[in-house]
Amino acid sequence: MNRQPLRRILRHAPTYLLWVGLTLATLFPIYWLFVISARTRVEIFAGPKLLQTSIFWENYTRPMDAVFMRHLTNSIIVASCNAILVAILAILATYALSRYDLVGKDNIFFWTITNRMAPPAAFLLPLFLLFTSVFKVGDWSLYDTRIGLILLYCLFNLPFAIWLMKGIMDDIPVELDEACFVDGGTTFTVLTRIIVPLMAPGIAVTAILGWVFAWNEYLFASVLTAFQAGTVTKAMQQFITVTGTNWGQLAAVAVVALLPAAVFVAAVQRYIVTGLTFGAVKQ
Amino acid sequence: MRSKRTGWFLLSPTLIILGVMGLLPFFYVLYVGFFNWVMFATDQARFVFAGINNYRQLVFDTEFLGALARTIHFSLLTVSIELVLGFLLANTLVKDFPLKGFFRTVHSLPLMVAPIAVGVIWRLLLIPGLGLLPHYFQNWFGIDLNIGKYADQAFFATVVMDIWHWTPFVTLVMLAGLSSMPREPVEQAMVDGASRWQIIRHLTIPMMMPLILTVIFIRLMDALRIVDEVLMLTGGGPGVATRFAGVHLSIAVFAKTDYGYGSAMSMLMLYFTIVLCWALYTVLTQLRRQQQR
Repeated sequence: MNRQPLRRILRHAPTYLLWVGLTLATLFPIYWLFVISARTRVEIFAGPKLLQTSIFWENYTRPMDAVFMRHLTNSIIVASCNAILVAILAILATYALSRYDLVGKDNIFFWTITNRMAPPAAFLLPLFLLFTSVFKVGDWSLYDTRIGLILLYCLFNLPFAIWLMKGIMDDIPVELDEACFVDGGTTFTVLTRIIVPLMAPGIAVTAILGWVFAWNEYLFASVLTAFQAGTVTKAMQQFITVTGTNWGQLAAVAVVALLPAAVFVAAVQRYIVTGLTFGAVKQ
Repeated sequence: MRSKRTGWFLLSPTLIILGVMGLLPFFYVLYVGFFNWVMFATDQARFVFAGINNYRQLVFDTEFLGALARTIHFSLLTVSIELVLGFLLANTLVKDFPLKGFFRTVHSLPLMVAPIAVGVIWRLLLIPGLGLLPHYFQNWFGIDLNIGKYADQAFFATVVMDIWHWTPFVTLVMLAGLSSMPREPVEQAMVDGASRWQIIRHLTIPMMMPLILTVIFIRLMDALRIVDEVLMLTGGGPGVATRFAGVHLSIAVFAKTDYGYGSAMSMLMLYFTIVLCWALYTVLTQLRRQQQR
């Protein structure tokens, strides 16, 4: 009776060995981040000790003021809105690129991804000018607004989404669209009744990864926002000062920035696995 | 039913957003690349037309070329390791075993960490006196691990960091591909007595080729423009050991405020990346066409 499960475990032993080792290697750096975030300045510089029994809460409570809470809210709003916007726009764009005979659509398709290739440092100045002086109505400008970041993050998320969805879209037989059109459907009904349900896993992955990329973006947010629309990653930079880095608080903020993303992604794990095919594997 | 006007209408929001956020800045950077821009000069000398001088200078700029070569070295190294590792790991995840979901979730955790936080995490691990790794390397192996001192170690640290960060992405994509692959050919081959390696070599890899190329494309594109985590971990040092093109550019633009030269630099980098990715893309489309036949 008892030998059956034992044999099953033994059969999987090499896999387990591999994955336990890998899990330790993956978690160790994150564990160390937690440890540092729980230490006082003195403890941190007393030398590296593997274990930590006490928690120095001040690392967490000190940086978590009203400003930081606003940054956290901003990050959540910007990442979520951007992910939804990107998913919707990418569905429309990939449908157009996949089904319509548009002039130069192959080139447009490739051009979208080149937007993701641009080295961001040099593009910050034109973007800064664009945000502060071009999109400016009276006192209001796109600079330091959430909507600015939401639109800007399309720059790297939208191409990725289009590339992810295009292959999946191409795999959906055109006959399904045609049948819907014959039944008196419009483009809108085709999209909502046929395309979206069939592509659901792909759309989910697009939105999830888009959310993560937007949540994690640093350079644009650090330059194009200030007091109002700053994000969590921007909040991290204030702990690195000329008088030295406050490692404990920096680690604590990094933990706080990491947790929502980790929880969110753990909750939606299975969609990631089914949707990430890029339509590249032919059934 | 399928009027072209509807097609353009559906595409227009994407084109407008990418046009405003991507194309306009692109032309601005292209324009500024032909000028000498000195931030702290007198009005006449601040913004002077320089023709292609910036580019001429770039081609002979050993610092920039070195950074470019270093980036290519780094990208090829990390992407190939991540690819092999991710492919193998995905293969172990195809069959079911207890706790699989847990392992997969933990494995994909680094993917969710912001690049700048990745830099913080690895810095905390690697700084001598504060980090654990130098301590243990000294005690167990007698190796003096100091990424602020030894160039090779710093470069290697960025490679390890990138592998830690991005292998999960490759694993997840490969796993998605493997799970959606048709079962029959593999089962048929198993009936015919093919070994596991033969199946992978002659069935899995050819069928996965388009996906593998797509992953290489995306990973290569992102690896070539790595900045945040390296700036955080090493700041490009020691010396120029980890000064990748993106880092070099950031230093030129932010620290030296050499904006005209930086613009030319980023144009050249962009051009280089596009050419490389275009070549990959051409191979990819041809492969797909062959498979559809």
